Amino acid sequence: MLQVVLEHYNYWIAILLMMVGFYTVVARGNLVKKLVGLNIFQTSVFLLYISMAKVTGGTAPILDDRFQVYSNPLPHVLILTAIVVGVATTALGLALVVRIRESYGTIEEDELDLMDGET
Amino acid sequence: MIITLVDIALLTFMGATAFAILRLRSLFAVVMLSGVYSLLAASMFVALDAVDVAFTEAAVGAGISTVLMMATLALTGERERPSRHTPYVPLAVVLITGAALIYATFDMPPFGAADAPVNLHVAPRYLNDSFAEVGLPNVVTSVLASYRGYDTLGEVTVIFTAGVAVMLLLGGRKGDDAGIKNEPPEDDTGADDGGSAA
Repeated sequence: MLQVVLEHYNYWIAILLMMVGFYTVVARGNLVKKLVGLNIFQTSVFLLYISMAKVTGGTAPILDDRFQVYSNPLPHVLILTAIVVGVATTALGLALVVRIRESYGTIEEDELDLMDGET
Repeated sequence: MIITLVDIALLTFMGATAFAILRLRSLFAVVMLSGVYSLLAASMFVALDAVDVAFTEAAVGAGISTVLMMATLALTGERERPSRHTPYVPLAVVLITGAALIYATFDMPPFGAADAPVNLHVAPRYLNDSFAEVGLPNVVTSVLASYRGYDTLGEVTVIFTAGVAVMLLLGGRKGDDAGIKNEPPEDDTGADDGGSAA
């Protein structure tokens, strides 16, 4: 039983974080809060990928004669790209939030819906 | 054993931070906690041997993202209003999705298995041959800059596009060439926009 928990703990926490981020995006009305939730979701996906790359007893994939076992470098490369793309989407989302605030005077989803209903 | 304990402690802290972010109404605290969350993630990546990823996450996730969000808060306000919706539908969707994903993890190879499918195909070639072919000890750098250089070029294109989009959204609103945001004259344009939209 403990064996099963230890073998899957990383994956389960990644999924838990993913769902917390998902819930924040879906259920919270504030647009900045939604973007923070999106960041949590993204980081949980990174965690899932990096967990899959880990090899027990391995070391970071920097070649040296003293080590034989290395963790898998390929997911690391994919996630490096994803982190940088993630901050680009965050910046774009925040710029949209600033524009919405200027045009509507609020960043709460409820109030934005009401204003769209009026026009 | 110690590594496992560090692993579990960091993951538990990340979960606690995420729940605190979900519960708090003060957006300033939320943004600060998201910085803490990124830093915990970076520590976690070090524990999982992904030192390059940890470096990037600490610089970009904990640094630049937090600064961008603070700048946004300065322009939009720091309090979140309580939602008037009942959360039952989102909660049900999230719980069902989470349960399905947890169920799927039982088919995954155990954490840290050297014979997992992900570790058997392309990665051994990079580990064995990249030093002879590229000449760098850091395999992540070899793959990023040499084997998958076009991916990195595409990534730069994405960042460029996002930068252009942000400039189009926020720059040049006053009709002059200054991209710097000066608040008082901007209110006029804001009111004009609101008038034409209403």
